Amino acid sequence: MAAIRPAGDFDISYAHDMAVIRRPWQWAAAVGLVAFLFAVPAFSPPQFLDALNLIGIFLVSVQGLAILVGYTGQISLGQAAFMTVGAYASAVLTKYAGVPFWFALPLAGLGAGLVGLIFGLPSLRIKGFYLAMATLAAQFIIPWIFRGFWVATLGGATGIQEIPVPRLAGFAFDSEWGMYFIILVVAILTTIAMKNLARTRTGRAFVAIRDNDLAAEVLGINIVAYKLRAFFLSAFYAGLAGSLWAHYLRSINPEQLDLIDSVWMLGMVIVGGMGSALGPILGTVFIRLLRELVSTLTPNLNDMLPGLGANLAGLGPLVFGFALALFLVFEPHGLALAAVFPLAV
Amino acid sequence: MNWQLLPQFLVTGLLTGGIYSLVALGLVLIYKSSQIFNFAQGHLLMFSAFITWSLMVQQGWPIWVAILGGATVAVLLGVLIERLALRPLIGQPILATIMMTLALSQIIQGVTILVFGGARQVFPEIFPLKPVIIPLGGDVRVVLKVALLWGFGLAMAGVAIFALFFRFTRVGLAMRAAAEDHQLAQSVGLKVRRIFAAAWAIAGVIGLVGGVIIGSISGVEPTLAGIGLKAFPAVLFGGLESIPGAIIGGLLIGVIENLVGGLPANQAIRATNPAEIAPYVILLLVLLFKPDGLFGLKRIERI
Repeated sequence: MAAIRPAGDFDISYAHDMAVIRRPWQWAAAVGLVAFLFAVPAFSPPQFLDALNLIGIFLVSVQGLAILVGYTGQISLGQAAFMTVGAYASAVLTKYAGVPFWFALPLAGLGAGLVGLIFGLPSLRIKGFYLAMATLAAQFIIPWIFRGFWVATLGGATGIQEIPVPRLAGFAFDSEWGMYFIILVVAILTTIAMKNLARTRTGRAFVAIRDNDLAAEVLGINIVAYKLRAFFLSAFYAGLAGSLWAHYLRSINPEQLDLIDSVWMLGMVIVGGMGSALGPILGTVFIRLLRELVSTLTPNLNDMLPGLGANLAGLGPLVFGFALALFLVFEPHGLALAAVFPLAV
Repeated sequence: MNWQLLPQFLVTGLLTGGIYSLVALGLVLIYKSSQIFNFAQGHLLMFSAFITWSLMVQQGWPIWVAILGGATVAVLLGVLIERLALRPLIGQPILATIMMTLALSQIIQGVTILVFGGARQVFPEIFPLKPVIIPLGGDVRVVLKVALLWGFGLAMAGVAIFALFFRFTRVGLAMRAAAEDHQLAQSVGLKVRRIFAAAWAIAGVIGLVGGVIIGSISGVEPTLAGIGLKAFPAVLFGGLESIPGAIIGGLLIGVIENLVGGLPANQAIRATNPAEIAPYVILLLVLLFKPDGLFGLKRIERI
């Protein structure tokens, strides 16, 4: 979407061509947004911060998925499983090995990335549905391993509880707003990394593979190496998100993040729009808010339609499914394009 | 393993595999005609089982009328899905169709829970519950559930019918042509839209058959949709385009699942049932070494 820009904005140097932020107002908007985000805890209730934290955690994971799906054109139904790997890695490192959270976070990313590599291997020979299936296998095999192996450490089906709180210089990040800052900083860093990835050799190779993998190979792009790199990066992001998840919720189990979460994350990528750094942000916020809305409205609906009762649990999947289906039919390029071209829709 | 149980494991595996084959048949049917992999097949199965249950128990219709009613709903649902959800996506990338069927699965899941609730409902007796026992000499004997036998029989009949259907009938040939290239098929006068609708309707009915058989064995509940996930390895095992492949894949997955379940293993692995993931491990291996499945078409790609 690099071609979409304000009128009168021409590239007069290579540096300008490569710039992410082009106009003074964009600088102002970026700085203003970040400052606003840092100020949010000052005036919002814990319940709202909780929603924001979950948005932030999923955002990191969805960005990883967007690198894989949106940039590289590969399909993964295993993102939630890679998050689980990161969550467990971080929990075990901090709780049993005494590693501080600040080191456990990147290590969790690395661990999940390596697992992602293993499940990315089939992508060298297969694509499309077959690849979706191979990653679906990850979604079943990984929780199974966490359930049944090293039960003394990993806790079997009950998982790990009392995961240590991140601490820095005597300050414990144990409240909603404490974790908010950690999640915010990580999310900002991953957003910048993702935005920049698109401008590097690696990012462009990803896009080339997405557009036509055979042509990319003919052009001399090592598609084996780059596909694996995309899987690694995607799972690395998931691992970071998993680590944040573990230290935010303080307890994890193998079933917490399941296939449906992987589907929701793919949905966020689609709804947001693929191939841009803005997409995952819009998609994650939209879908998570939709989910919050449904769970807030459910008690009210229960008063209006008393006959339904527990059946209202079906509302969540129904609304999500409809939102996703409507986007696929009417706005397949997602919110990001609609945001750039508000009138073109 | 207790070797005396081996024949039992094999037979039970084959019979449950018959159900997987039925689901896989629905998947292959849609894939063969429209190149869409239907992640919602398990949910279609679950939904039509619920409808049949509701007609039978809540409305008190006789069994066969209820099944016919369920089939009507399944056909309508299939046609509706094709018309409203998938036709707008013709020409879109694969990911869009995958996401659409995933979205459909969520919608069906949601509607089912809203209408029927999340609890397990028990079917009235359709097939005799008393199992058939076949002695094999000595202590060795095989116990067969009648409903599973029906499932197996119907799956096999389905295969035979569809194999002939795709080879010898105009509609079947048209479906294969449409799968090859939507535009080309349209340009030689085939009614591609009608073909897709037919495929979805038939897949819905296949789902109904599977749903009623499983429902009569273990009751019907929203998690029943998970059976679709079992059928995915089966389809890939045999190759997405091959109906005999889907059947053999389904049977193999059923047998492997049951054999692995009966294997001796160390306590750690025992604690969680290895049969749960055996199909997926095999799936990964198949994909690594034979990406087109055992009987799938090899695609030659050009730039």
